[in-house]
Amino acid sequence: MAACGGDDDGETSESETESISQADIDEAMQTPTEITFWTWVPDIEKEVALFEEAYPEISVNVVNAGQGADHYAKLRTALEAGEGAPDVAQIEFQMIPTFSITENLLDLRPYGAEELADQFVDWTWAQVSGQNGEVWAIPQDTGPMGMLYREDIFEEHDIEVPETWDDFAEAARELNEADPDVFITNVAPNQGAWFSAMLWQAGANPFAGSEGERFSVDLNSEQAQQVASYWGDLVSEGVVSTDADFTDQWYQAFNQDKYATWLTAAWGPVFLASAAESTSGNWRAAPLPQWEEGEQISANWGGSTSAVMSSAQNPIVAAEFAKFLNADTESAMTMATEQFLFPPLTSVLSDPEFAEQELEFYGGQRVNEVFAEISNTVTNEFQWSPFQDQVYADFTDTVGKAFADQTDPVAALDEWQSRLTSYAENQGFTVESP
Amino acid sequence: MTPTATQAPPAGTMGGRLRQHPHTSRHAFTGYLFVAPFMIVFVAMLLVPLGYAAYLSLFREQLIGGTVFVGLDNYVRALSDQQLLSGIFRVARFFLIQVPLMLTLALCFALALDSGMLRLTRVVRLGIFIPYAVPSVVAALMWGYLYGPDFGPFAQLAEEIGTAVPSFLGSNLMLFSLANVVFWEFTGYNMIILYAALRAVPSELYEAAAVDGAGAWRTAWSVKIPSIRPALLLTLIFSVIGSFQLFNEPNLLQQLAPNVIDNAYTPNLYAYNLAFVSQELNYAAAVSFILGLVILVASYAFMYIATRRSRS
Repeated sequence: MAACGGDDDGETSESETESISQADIDEAMQTPTEITFWTWVPDIEKEVALFEEAYPEISVNVVNAGQGADHYAKLRTALEAGEGAPDVAQIEFQMIPTFSITENLLDLRPYGAEELADQFVDWTWAQVSGQNGEVWAIPQDTGPMGMLYREDIFEEHDIEVPETWDDFAEAARELNEADPDVFITNVAPNQGAWFSAMLWQAGANPFAGSEGERFSVDLNSEQAQQVASYWGDLVSEGVVSTDADFTDQWYQAFNQDKYATWLTAAWGPVFLASAAESTSGNWRAAPLPQWEEGEQISANWGGSTSAVMSSAQNPIVAAEFAKFLNADTESAMTMATEQFLFPPLTSVLSDPEFAEQELEFYGGQRVNEVFAEISNTVTNEFQWSPFQDQVYADFTDTVGKAFADQTDPVAALDEWQSRLTSYAENQGFTVESP
Repeated sequence: MTPTATQAPPAGTMGGRLRQHPHTSRHAFTGYLFVAPFMIVFVAMLLVPLGYAAYLSLFREQLIGGTVFVGLDNYVRALSDQQLLSGIFRVARFFLIQVPLMLTLALCFALALDSGMLRLTRVVRLGIFIPYAVPSVVAALMWGYLYGPDFGPFAQLAEEIGTAVPSFLGSNLMLFSLANVVFWEFTGYNMIILYAALRAVPSELYEAAAVDGAGAWRTAWSVKIPSIRPALLLTLIFSVIGSFQLFNEPNLLQQLAPNVIDNAYTPNLYAYNLAFVSQELNYAAAVSFILGLVILVASYAFMYIATRRSRS
């Protein structure tokens, strides 16, 4: 996907790729300008200062408009009102189609974004690329999926750390038999984003082919059924718990040794270190278990980008800022080592200062190195729906509910699909499902 | 009939009318001035948003295709929306479980405090009232912790004793658990309203009752309760509104039990999710109006029953 920028099929993509000249860029960057940037990243002022140092004429007004849903609700309101919207905004990978479909994002190809493509891990660039090769945003941080596990618990019960999902299921039963208070992991019935990552790893791509007015949905594919029934079986056997995540109950469970693993993204290790302090030193990181022995395939959960709004008054300055923030070596390195955002830049991933950090919580393991390798195994093919919020809300009411209530999760996949189908039809989409 | 009008000749002269006109209009003007602060806020914060919501509910905005006028389509859809209807029946059930118990207890507390037979009246009164001063968000979080299935205090206690933990957040008990939270929050509030009404009952009535030989129980039943009927009706109406608009408590407990409390658990929660998750603002407006109508009808029905009884 990343390589198809120079194609010459279709007039629109050709005219849109007409580049802004370097002279125009230079002029814009030397004209006193103020731009607004909405983000929830703490202390981002450090990186912004680097930009302002490089371009003294530009000042960036950083606004924290809330995180996640709050941020998007305000952004949506400002964009619809036609005033008060930022020039550059933090947008998660999964939300790019939600905003590109309403034509709120600026295609960054004319602003030289494609030249950066090689510097980013392939799949991260695929995630910001549109159907016709548009570049909707610059990747900022990522969440390749791995497995954090309690080495002490596995050792105590003399159980091998699983490398395939078959081994994982076996280990789940053995662990719970050895100690009924221990569950190999927890499936959060409210976490559609986690389940999406599981689908991604298994090769399901439920919204592939959605574009413009067409909504393609295939949530009950063979791969999706495989994932749903795998977890459904473990849950009904009682060897995997179903607590809602990021709640008191869930935090306590980590501290009270209830879960032996957390299948999580690269932002998980640092997060867990502060959430489960009492278990410090007992955790280790490893890749996700695999469906096929010997394979190495992962997926992504979370992560975000910097996107320029199509309403930006100074698109050149805004685009330069988005590029600098995420591709400038010093800026990217600061984000990776001080804000602990897991980087999409290959140069940072392989930088010893980043990769060789040893975390005490993980017994001195080089956790970044583990996840950097995992990042290279994330597949490119996974597309988000144009209304991801609704997808997650309906997940919780269907498949998530089936996990928690121990009813048939495969039937729930159908229910999930039919809810999304009627939602999409109500929203004016043409729905296609195999 | 004003004195000027009676003094004026029957046919009426221009002078008479002129004298009368500025007089009444100044009256009207000062009147409006006095209610202006209220009216401005009332119009700006209630009538205008209400009108705007009504206007919105007649349209449908789509991700594809923009906004079109659809008349009453949203209402038609709402009336056959299973999720909305089951939410309305759920809060109706909640009302029947929670409100009679809460109001009965609030009345008992109010009568006990009013009887003057309790010691430390002030402390007791404050103690019962304090939960109302706790924000409902804090209350829901607190009870959410208490209900915790593994690490909550009830669960820990049950484990110590060796019995099974009731699943407070499970689908069977959830409505009762929610009712308990609301019960804890609002009993004191209702008690204060009823207590204040009791204090306003003229003491001659009690003296008369005492002269007729009525004891404390008889006075409470035949004098006090009938005298505070309007206050009781008020608490009932507040409870109807509160029950049907239930939002904070289920919204917070949803995080703990997403499989039990779905996005349409109560009509208000449903409207919220339609607006802010599904981006269906227009339909959310229609759902809100239908909920408002249900509350209006329910409130009116209770008032009708109560006033008819008091007449008979």
